[in-house]
Amino acid sequence: MVTLADFLVLSAILFAISALGIFINRKNLIVLLMCVELMLLAVNTNFLAFSYFLGDLHGQIFVFFVLTVAAAESSIGLAIIVLLMRNRGSINVQDIHELNG
Amino acid sequence: MLTEKILFYVFAAILIFAASMVVTVRHSVRAALFLVLAFFTAAGLWLMLHAEFLAIVLVLVYVGAVMVLFLFVVMSVDLDQGRLREGFGRHMPVGLLVAGVVIAEMVSILSIDQLAIVAPESATVAVNNVEAVGQLLYRQYIYPVEIASVILLVGIIAAISMTLRGRRQSRYIAPAEQLAANKRDRLRVVDLREPASTDSSAESKGDDN
Repeated sequence: MVTLADFLVLSAILFAISALGIFINRKNLIVLLMCVELMLLAVNTNFLAFSYFLGDLHGQIFVFFVLTVAAAESSIGLAIIVLLMRNRGSINVQDIHELNG
Repeated sequence: MLTEKILFYVFAAILIFAASMVVTVRHSVRAALFLVLAFFTAAGLWLMLHAEFLAIVLVLVYVGAVMVLFLFVVMSVDLDQGRLREGFGRHMPVGLLVAGVVIAEMVSILSIDQLAIVAPESATVAVNNVEAVGQLLYRQYIYPVEIASVILLVGIIAAISMTLRGRRQSRYIAPAEQLAANKRDRLRVVDLREPASTDSSAESKGDDN
């Protein structure tokens, strides 16, 4: 039998891989966005696993909203990337320092 | 039950492989394609969790729309792969440490027997998944659904207004330019008389202005 712990370990591994991806791909903005998408996938798998094994459908509703917000987030992020590429000719994170924060 | 377990492990192995290829592969286009594979495999796992509606939404919305958008952007921008990869190995030890600690913590917590919950026997409900989710969404969660639609609208408007570059549709006046103009910029009197003598034509031009 597949248990709840199996799914939770799988999504923990997925989350750790995407955190590792954020560490090692610090320059490439597009790969950073992809790592964020992978993280959201891991979190959604967690939600669905709990929803199934505890017999509560509300977790699926939350995943629905997470998917909605993630779609809006990635579209705006890609628009920002296109804008950066047009104005600066680079998507290197090190080159983005206009705000000097 | 054994086939379910085998299927779970095969899908989990493919998912972990695809995710690690996403973060390590050199070209961003290949990373996007491996991300498509990861989403497909995750949709398979979600089907095992009896979330049919969300599995189909993941394939339709994510693979069909978001990843196509990713591929569009990745292929249209001109990436300097060499510069973007510098410092790749330098941060690897810290990243591996953090990832290892996260996995070790989760595994040690989840090895407690209380969390080894198996699937409930009454998992096969009479109402299908799409209908059940729809009942919840449009009854109990109707206001959040409306807010989500407004968020999507904001996303559309923000993305379009950021990247829109084209002719302005509305005409407008710049007052500074209007005040700075004088007659000399707008009007040029051309002398049509015969150029009998250059002195007189220059003189008359000065008078007109």
